[in-house]
Amino acid sequence: MLSPDDLSALWITLKLAGLTTLTLLILCTPLAWWLSQSRWRFKPLLEAIIALPLVLPPTVLGFYLLIALGPNGPLGQLSQFFGAGSLAFSFTGLLIGSVFYSMPFVVQPLQNAFTNLGDRPLEVAATLGASPIDRFFSVIFPMARSGYLTAAVLGFAHTLGEFGVVLMIGGNIPGETQVLSIAIYDHVESLEYTQAHLLSGGLLILSLLMLLSVYGLNRRFSVMNTKH
Amino acid sequence: MFSGLLLASSFITTAATADTLSIAVASNFQTTLAEIADQFEAKTGHKIKVIPGSTGKHFAQISHGAPFDLFFAADARRPELLEKKQLIVAGSRFTYAVGKLVLWSPSADYKLENGQVLDGQDFQYLAIANPKLAPYGKAAWQYLQKTHRAQKLRSQMVRGENIGQTYQFVKSGNAQLGLVALSQVISQMILNNTMSANYWPIPEQDYSPIKQQAVLLKDSPLAQDFLTWFKSAPARQIIHRYGYSTE
Repeated sequence: MLSPDDLSALWITLKLAGLTTLTLLILCTPLAWWLSQSRWRFKPLLEAIIALPLVLPPTVLGFYLLIALGPNGPLGQLSQFFGAGSLAFSFTGLLIGSVFYSMPFVVQPLQNAFTNLGDRPLEVAATLGASPIDRFFSVIFPMARSGYLTAAVLGFAHTLGEFGVVLMIGGNIPGETQVLSIAIYDHVESLEYTQAHLLSGGLLILSLLMLLSVYGLNRRFSVMNTKH
Repeated sequence: MFSGLLLASSFITTAATADTLSIAVASNFQTTLAEIADQFEAKTGHKIKVIPGSTGKHFAQISHGAPFDLFFAADARRPELLEKKQLIVAGSRFTYAVGKLVLWSPSADYKLENGQVLDGQDFQYLAIANPKLAPYGKAAWQYLQKTHRAQKLRSQMVRGENIGQTYQFVKSGNAQLGLVALSQVISQMILNNTMSANYWPIPEQDYSPIKQQAVLLKDSPLAQDFLTWFKSAPARQIIHRYGYSTE
């Protein structure tokens, strides 16, 4: 039914979505915390830049990334400096692209969760002598847990469906950069509708289940945008 | 019928108002067709809408009733399939251009003659169009097979979804070499007003001819007029100038 290439596309997609989510959760925790606390004058500008992938066509991001990763682009120069060669057409390149592409989906739920915490719990913890790191793990993280769950699921699901960015910087290498959305596109273009149905249907059900889990949890724990 | 006076004598249209013709065209032929269409518009006062895209997508859209009058494909396979499905005006399928494959690099440092650069270690990536989808990709694959380089280059080959994307991979410097359409290299030269580019035409015995066919989907006097113009000597000259041969 599924060819080896399709299976490897499935694996690459899950690996990409998983690693992107993990990277984003680590990167966005301090970023979202800072955004939730900061009164900086230029904060709206930064928020707008982070939210850009929500409104821009992914092909725009992919087009600029291809140029940035090229030998004359900033990222390309950087990777050559470290002797890494070109990052376009590599899994690492896709990971960089996906991190930009899915960032708003992870930052925003975290920022909302942190904002909704209020200052009280932290003040109490500080008064009791908890160190900043201790405060994060014993107060902030447990209280913002549902925000983390939402961020993880949305980041993961959004990366699963990535197409435009991968199309621009992937190079369609089986086992390296050929993700599910590209495999589906190839099947449709070459009139192999059975395989296209199989992969599309699978992705549809997977995405629905993931979003269902978010909205289901939302009803029980109020994850998104709602005050406790 | 005063508009008739404005027309070149060989063109007879039935409507006094300007009509519009929609033409779906394979990405590689877009620039060429645009030039041919511009001249037709200037001659007749009618409008031509050129819709570029991949032949696979156009094929799917036409199968589901997309409102195109004419379809200029990147291969012969899809027009043949449309003919089998009886979605075209009977007997309208013809080969309008034969594409040429070239090895190309934007940098003058590479010696491309005989493709020997492909045997060396001086490059990281060679971009080709996806052989499964794009006729130029199939031709590139045939050439690499025939010269026994396909296996060796496996880890260095990156594939664009179509020939336009393949060109972009090389143009951006992410791939150093590419097997692309001669028409693309020439279009860029015309666009940038340069006389030279670093490319080497792949010997034509090393791949099956890239026959590009067109079909008429909706018959009308205007479509017939356009086809007459398209097959005329001046239009043919434009096709040749962009690096295609004609049968």
